[in-house]
Amino acid sequence: MTTDLTRATADYAVRLGDDALILGHRLSEWCSNGPFLEEDLALTNVALDYIGRARMFLGYGAQLIGGDCTEDTLAYQRDCREFTNLLINELPRGDFAFTMARQYLLDEHALLFLEALQGSSDAELAAIATKAIKETRYHLRRSREWMLRLGDGTEESRRRLQQALEDIWGYLPELFAMDELERELLAAGIAVDREALEAPWRRAVSATFAETDVTLPADGWRVDGGRTGYHTEHLGHLLSELQFVQRAYPGCQW
Amino acid sequence: MPVVNAVAASDRIPLLPVEELERRRRRQHSACPELWRLLDAVKDPEIPVISIWELGVLQNIERDGDTVEVTITPTYSGCPAMDVIREEIGQALEEGGYPHHRIQTRLSPAWSSTWMDEEARAKLEAYGIAAPVSEAGRAAPACPHCGSDRVQAVSEFGSTACKALYQCLDCHEPFDYFKSF
Repeated sequence: MTTDLTRATADYAVRLGDDALILGHRLSEWCSNGPFLEEDLALTNVALDYIGRARMFLGYGAQLIGGDCTEDTLAYQRDCREFTNLLINELPRGDFAFTMARQYLLDEHALLFLEALQGSSDAELAAIATKAIKETRYHLRRSREWMLRLGDGTEESRRRLQQALEDIWGYLPELFAMDELERELLAAGIAVDREALEAPWRRAVSATFAETDVTLPADGWRVDGGRTGYHTEHLGHLLSELQFVQRAYPGCQW
Repeated sequence: MPVVNAVAASDRIPLLPVEELERRRRRQHSACPELWRLLDAVKDPEIPVISIWELGVLQNIERDGDTVEVTITPTYSGCPAMDVIREEIGQALEEGGYPHHRIQTRLSPAWSSTWMDEEARAKLEAYGIAAPVSEAGRAAPACPHCGSDRVQAVSEFGSTACKALYQCLDCHEPFDYFKSF
């Protein structure tokens, strides 16, 4: 790999790591707050998978960046503007319907994304994808089931799910947007073509919600900026918790 | 990819996934069989009846001068047991008289529950954890306590990343199911 391509691959790995870290943290906030014990376990298990995924991506990114960079310096020593996760991952966990709706929409996306990343010419990214996709299949099985139950359950569950979809909808286009970095890496056979994932994603999502009483929102508003470090006001609060120990006691180990 | 079929365990033709065949060959043809035996003492910290070899986590052991190189593969991405396993491998090697060692983690090929052999599966069952069944075959595991097929899934996720929660409808005992992965 040329130096430029190595650096671009590092940035790409860090993006994917940031996505996983931030979503993993949001899911972990349910620990001891789940609606019942089994759900508490499930949400934290999924969170754990995402933290593991973050470690693999960030660890690889750090290795490519070299020097003193490690998965920990990436996770604990960068500020908001340096985080490149997609905005949908940082939105507050909301109620259970919001958490599960976001998770389901992301699980359907992750399945397609990881399937494509398995074919990356970068062997490490392909290996991470092969590992992660097995977990995503399990996540999807459960999150899809919850869409059916909430969407076809009580009046309240349906209303909350409908509201969650309305609140999330404008954050979805960012999942399918390519920027210069990803185009360059796509041309080199390393990155995934996000635009190509949109049609199959829509088919899968429509098929699921067709079995429920909720209606998919119309496309309209959209927000983006995560990849360039322009975040919602929520990320700073999340990082203040995630990074607290390293900020208060720099370099602390135990 | 894995070729475990859908019939009952007793009728199963023992076909091995290619990655597992290669792993066993690495052990059979190893220049340092004593090290493999030494690490048989390292168990999964969450399922202390099966060793990291039986679980499929231990991938290779080689010697480079006086340094022992151990390769392991994680079961689940975020499995916290991996750090403990790494420490225990180091400790076992040091106690066995091998102070110089390197433990590396390899992601590919991705770990699969099909790498566990019949003996490991039997140990799981005896410990009260239902062994993985083929995704394509039977929909649910049998109860490890009474053997009944009448079971229900309580949650896709259990006490650890590798397990799901089930309950037997006959003996009513809840049990862990080691997920097919």
